[in-house]
Amino acid sequence: MLNEFAFLLCAALTLAGAVAAMTLRNLVHCALCAAGAFAGLAALYLQLDAQFVGFAQFLVYVGAIAILIVFTVLLTRGAEIRPGESTASPAPWMGLLVGVLVLACLIGSIVASPGLFRVPSQTARASVQQIGEQLMNQYVLPLETIGLLLTAALLGAVVIALREPPDK
Amino acid sequence: MSGLHQILVWIGEITGIIVVFGSCFALTTIAERKILGRMQNRFGPNRVGPWGLLQPLADGLKMITKEDIVPFSADKTLHFLAPLVLTVPIWLAFAVLPFGRNMSAIDLDAGILFFFAIGSASELAVFMAGWSSQNKYSLVGAMRAIAQMISYEVPLVLSTVPVLMLAGSLSLNDIVAAQGTHTYLGLACWNVFTPWGLAGFLLFLIAATAESNRSPFDLPEGESEIIAGFLTEYSGFKYALFFLGEYLGLFAMTGMAVTLFLGGWHAPFSWLEWVPSWLWFGVKFGALIFLFIWVRATLPRLRLDQLLNFSWRFLVPLCLINLLVAAVWFWTRGWNSVPALLIRWLLGAAFIVLPWHWLGQALRGPLPPPRKYTYAE
Amino acid sequence: MTTPLAHYLILAALLFSIGLAGALTRRNAILVLLGIELMLNAANLNFIAFWRFGPHPEKLTGLMFVLFSIAIGAAEAAIGLALVIAIYRHRRTAQLDRLDSLKG
Repeated sequence: MLNEFAFLLCAALTLAGAVAAMTLRNLVHCALCAAGAFAGLAALYLQLDAQFVGFAQFLVYVGAIAILIVFTVLLTRGAEIRPGESTASPAPWMGLLVGVLVLACLIGSIVASPGLFRVPSQTARASVQQIGEQLMNQYVLPLETIGLLLTAALLGAVVIALREPPDK
Repeated sequence: MSGLHQILVWIGEITGIIVVFGSCFALTTIAERKILGRMQNRFGPNRVGPWGLLQPLADGLKMITKEDIVPFSADKTLHFLAPLVLTVPIWLAFAVLPFGRNMSAIDLDAGILFFFAIGSASELAVFMAGWSSQNKYSLVGAMRAIAQMISYEVPLVLSTVPVLMLAGSLSLNDIVAAQGTHTYLGLACWNVFTPWGLAGFLLFLIAATAESNRSPFDLPEGESEIIAGFLTEYSGFKYALFFLGEYLGLFAMTGMAVTLFLGGWHAPFSWLEWVPSWLWFGVKFGALIFLFIWVRATLPRLRLDQLLNFSWRFLVPLCLINLLVAAVWFWTRGWNSVPALLIRWLLGAAFIVLPWHWLGQALRGPLPPPRKYTYAE
Repeated sequence: MTTPLAHYLILAALLFSIGLAGALTRRNAILVLLGIELMLNAANLNFIAFWRFGPHPEKLTGLMFVLFSIAIGAAEAAIGLALVIAIYRHRRTAQLDRLDSLKG
């Protein structure tokens, strides 16, 4: 009962944040509502007994990516929208149609599988020690590759966004 | 009835944390002003109550009854929400700190990750405050504050990694328990009594000072430079909430430093273990707060580029080298005799002190040539 | 755990389609990136839900995938936003329908 209520609350927060992020005019409001959606998702991960992932999601998405988006909005003066312009591209109905079709496909396939509506009885525990052991034993190659990828992304982002010194 | 019992225990813990740290906040405001005053060769506030001890009451009354001015062109929702988004996550961070034996509110498996995740939510609040005020000074202050906070989050988290490596767990209770053994003369094995622990402690303290926007890193609220930075357009109770949030952030960081490096609620010597554990936590906590106030009175403010260079070009490499020192310490953990201990310390010290010296020289750049004085004839 | 798996999957599907519709509809490059991040998060939610309700939760497969997915999402957001800043610096605009000099 409490579980269902908590799920509905977090789901409502996430969906409201996502809808607001995609429809508001002011870009800073969009970014902050998206941060709210990410926080709602972190709460959902906590409900699903994935504590480590929930905290990591909060730290990375709300604590870093939302701030990055906000910085970019400010650096590209995106917050100044002229009053007459519309926020959507000239043919928004095409994008909406695709979205609705994808939604219909996904929900159709979910509803058509009755096995998904059962409530299982097993508990899942993912202790940090287990995650660490798996990262070091089974997933060590992806771990090292991610390290390489993040280093490359860091260097790449710095180089791309670097202000070139004026030619003398 | 265990559900009801559990809820009552939680309510008791929440009330305890709010009461204790709320009064700690009040005491710290007056203690800071008096200690700063004494260090600057003047008395602090001493008119309200004996030795000025009722000053927080007067401050609180003033803050509550001040008019709450919101600028006309400000973004009303964000302007209202910013102090809340700052303060609420910081109260959450106190839930994982172990204040005494069996005295942490929640024992999370990934306690430290929770703490840092919650701490990173306060940066968005700073941005909301600065941007919603629609004031150039606020925005500049907010941008500087966020740049500072994200730059110093990296050394903050990296300096705790050796502790996690050697304790083998992210749970704060386990980390405190790992510092519970004793060596010669009953001296407790706190993490600060190891080379990597000492270096990590200093790095953590520097990063925590920067994360809480305290001097010498208080450029975001530099009173002499940009009025009050992102707090310019806040008055009355909202300003009090920001003030509260900032000090609570400081307390949470201090509590974490005590837990990670100073042995949490353990006594310094094994024959002092009869003193209650929360008293030891309180003593160490108070000593660190005094240290923060002392540093505020002593060091001048850093400029923004000096601040960012200090973080990325000095603290982050030192934190990474600290990991190496911790690894060497762990690798030589079988060496127990006194000369072996000396060699372990020398190795660790060499690995820390030499890079510290070289990085410091690289940061400072070349010294100017000695000054030539010319005198009037 | 009284919420069945299907509720989480429906939520993830809704989130995905909102992100997709937003990414296809909005003009600003930053909002397209935001839509892509929402889609990534919806997929992550799917993985965690299937891990939790699946046959072998002790193998932690879903968790591991999501951890790496979060890291990759962060790297992609950083690069994407750096590109947007670089484009803005040259073109003084971040609106996608004005960035059409390569259009046939």
